[in-house]
Amino acid sequence: MNNQRKTLLLVTGLAIVAVAALFAKRSEVYLLTLTCVYLMATFGLNLTVGYAGQMSLGQAAFFGIGAYIGAIAMKAGVPFLVVLPIAAVACFAVGLALGFPALRVQHHYLAFATLGFNVLVFLMMRNEEKITGGTFGISSIPRPSLFGYALDGAVPYFYFTFVSLIVLAALLWWLLRSPWGRAFAALRDNPIRAESLGVNITAYTLLAFAIGAACAGIGGVYYASLVEFIEPGPFHFSTSLMMLLAVIVGGSGRFMGPVIGTIIIILLPELLRSSSVEWLKFMQKWYLAFFGVAVIALMIWLPGGILSFGDRFKAKGGAK
Amino acid sequence: MGDLIQLVFSGTATGAIYALAALGFTLLWQAAGVINFAQGEFVMLPAFGMLFFMAMGAPLWLAFLLSCAMSMLILGYGFKRVIVDPLIKHGVIPLVIATLGVSIAVKSMVRAGYSAEAHPFPSPFPDGQFALAGINVSYSDVGTLLMAGLIVFFLQSFLNKTVTGRAMQAVAQNTDAAKVLGINVKQMVLYVFLINAVLAVVAALLVTPTYLAKFDMGDSIGQKAFFAAIIGGFNQTRGALLGGVLIGILENVVGFYVSPAYKEGVALVLFLGVILFRPEGLLGKSEERKV
Repeated sequence: MNNQRKTLLLVTGLAIVAVAALFAKRSEVYLLTLTCVYLMATFGLNLTVGYAGQMSLGQAAFFGIGAYIGAIAMKAGVPFLVVLPIAAVACFAVGLALGFPALRVQHHYLAFATLGFNVLVFLMMRNEEKITGGTFGISSIPRPSLFGYALDGAVPYFYFTFVSLIVLAALLWWLLRSPWGRAFAALRDNPIRAESLGVNITAYTLLAFAIGAACAGIGGVYYASLVEFIEPGPFHFSTSLMMLLAVIVGGSGRFMGPVIGTIIIILLPELLRSSSVEWLKFMQKWYLAFFGVAVIALMIWLPGGILSFGDRFKAKGGAK
Repeated sequence: MGDLIQLVFSGTATGAIYALAALGFTLLWQAAGVINFAQGEFVMLPAFGMLFFMAMGAPLWLAFLLSCAMSMLILGYGFKRVIVDPLIKHGVIPLVIATLGVSIAVKSMVRAGYSAEAHPFPSPFPDGQFALAGINVSYSDVGTLLMAGLIVFFLQSFLNKTVTGRAMQAVAQNTDAAKVLGINVKQMVLYVFLINAVLAVVAALLVTPTYLAKFDMGDSIGQKAFFAAIIGGFNQTRGALLGGVLIGILENVVGFYVSPAYKEGVALVLFLGVILFRPEGLLGKSEERKV
């Protein structure tokens, strides 16, 4: 597919989603918004995993930190557009602090460090009741208003999130095409060669990881405002695993990979859950089991993720 | 002071169980270059296996032996053939992802197909405790320590004293050289998988009476196993033991003196400290980076 057709496809896809939201049921609009929110986190994770080649298992912790910062600040009356950069910077800083020790050593250490970090953050959310409300969580988080226009309804908030997601994705796209982004890919493909070409491996990897974390923090703020009630549950490390798998399954290092993956881990199971058809409900119960097996199969036959299918087909078809 | 000694003692017993899981984890890494993210589920499945055999009327020891056999077949041989063999050539990351898939699939199957509840599990040791030098010692702690100690002792003797064991160490240290020396590398690697499977069943036998058999019981054990292995030194079997016991003791001490709510965070803090100041682990040797 050439670039023009890709752009056309993308624009058509976005337009279909935007129009569909007008006709969808309220619960479906909610699910679409939820998918957009998780996409902010998985787009960020794709930068860390797919472009910088680091395993991160703590994305849900940053997502949670963003959500709690958002919830607490917005309930205190801080405007949404002020909260957003605060949450992003906070997650960026925490990402730097966590990534620094782990990235000094071998790369799979980051996986363990982030996994443990996620467990610790989860414990803090549950135990520091004075700040986080413990297991009771924080309720009645306000929806933002923009230039005096309240985004309380499901549809207006969806459009707000949808446009924000597109802006965030465009920023990431620009970042990846900048010299920085090229350096990320260089250190993923061959860290030692990149280093000998003058790329400071530790600094760039750390940067990729921290930017990924900041994206999750931004997603968290939108999440808090969307669900209007947060508690520690959604930020358990199992969510981090699912986010990582979303990136890998879709195709890590492919810009649109997280879209496919996030639809598979967030949208589909929720649609199954809300359906009233008996066998679909059965599917929902076994969904994760199927998913786990599918991940194994995918790693064996298509380790590049679903989006790499076309490439493989092309490689086999060859002579066309 | 009495409190502290007691905490250290029971912590050592818990740590010994972590050490068993960590030991298998380290062996897999050394011999086959596999990081197994489903290590916790490898402990959880035999726990349910033993419950299944006991429900069929088998006594605990028979259920244990049957589970060992099943585990060697499925979690040892099956895991190697179906998942590791086709994936190892792609490198570490796809294999790690596949083991994450195993972890999710196994957990969800147990949850959807059997039960989401926690099931009680009989202790292999008698109840009660006795006083020794002013502290209360429970029979189950003593039994756990003895059993874990015996297993480790036999494993170490096997690795150091027998020809097969030394051949396995040779494979772990330098696969190519081992091949040149005429060692059957494939067979040795298979042995490592079988040993890992048995260690997981022993860990299940020792840990389930307190953790209860639940689909997600492996989350915590698996994490402790990673951290124990890294804290002690990823390339040293003795390191896994030290790391496991250290985590067990510190969790108990922190849980008592600082806050029980943050017990689970101890392993991470220890891990971050270790990689900041001694990245190769307490007993480990640093590895060369390969181009």
